[in-house]
Amino acid sequence: MPDTLIFYALSGLAILASALVIGQRNPMYSVMLLIASFGALAGLYIQLDAPFVAVAQIVIYAGAIMVLFLFVVMLLNAPQEDAAEWDRTHPLRQGGVGRFGAMLALLLVVQLAWALMRANDVSDAVSSRGDVATVSSVREVGRGLFTDYMFAFEATSILILVAMVGAVVLARQERGQ
Amino acid sequence: MIPLDHYLIVSAILFAIGTAGVFLRKNLITILLSIEIMLNAVNLTFVAFGRSLGTVDGQIITFFVMTVAAAEAAVGLAIIIALYRHRESLNPDTFSSLKW
Repeated sequence: MPDTLIFYALSGLAILASALVIGQRNPMYSVMLLIASFGALAGLYIQLDAPFVAVAQIVIYAGAIMVLFLFVVMLLNAPQEDAAEWDRTHPLRQGGVGRFGAMLALLLVVQLAWALMRANDVSDAVSSRGDVATVSSVREVGRGLFTDYMFAFEATSILILVAMVGAVVLARQERGQ
Repeated sequence: MIPLDHYLIVSAILFAIGTAGVFLRKNLITILLSIEIMLNAVNLTFVAFGRSLGTVDGQIITFFVMTVAAAEAAVGLAIIIALYRHRESLNPDTFSSLKW
């Protein structure tokens, strides 16, 4: 029973924070709310017996990626859309493209709900199969990472190198301007 | 215990919120944040399915998704900085020409 309560509290927090992220005018608040959402997701991962993913979620997402976002928000020094602009571009006040986008998002919700309703093998308890000690073991994750997923793991290092070089080249101040 | 479809529903809601953010918002930083929400929704699905099937593969895929998200954030933010330097705006409608 406490498990269920914790699950609903964490998922409610994650959904609420994510919904507020896209409703904020100030990107600074959006980033802070997204960190809260990631914290709630990390709690869900712990409930799913995945402590490695939970810690990686906090360290990589909340600790590294979001700090990068914060740096850019502060660097650009344009934290707030002005009120007139906000009124003009508010999603609920524009026709045409904005409404089309809202409809597409709604259609996605309907489709996902329909797909979940049609699936019949998903109502088992999530921890019905597999041994907790095996699934939650960081040793098993490391073993998988360095045996079955060896190629993908090594390719990831090249991806990160390319992304690093790309970011430096893109953000570099061009001379003579 | 909590059934698998509860996790899938939470993940679907988060993904839909992210999609709505990408479609509706007119701020490049918020759009990138919405993409992060979508990636996290998919991560939750991977971990939930992995736990349900009793394997660690879902957690390993999640690890790869996180590294790709980090690379994507770095390159995306670099592009945003370059764009902001040229147009002093974060509204994607401002960037309508390929060359200037």
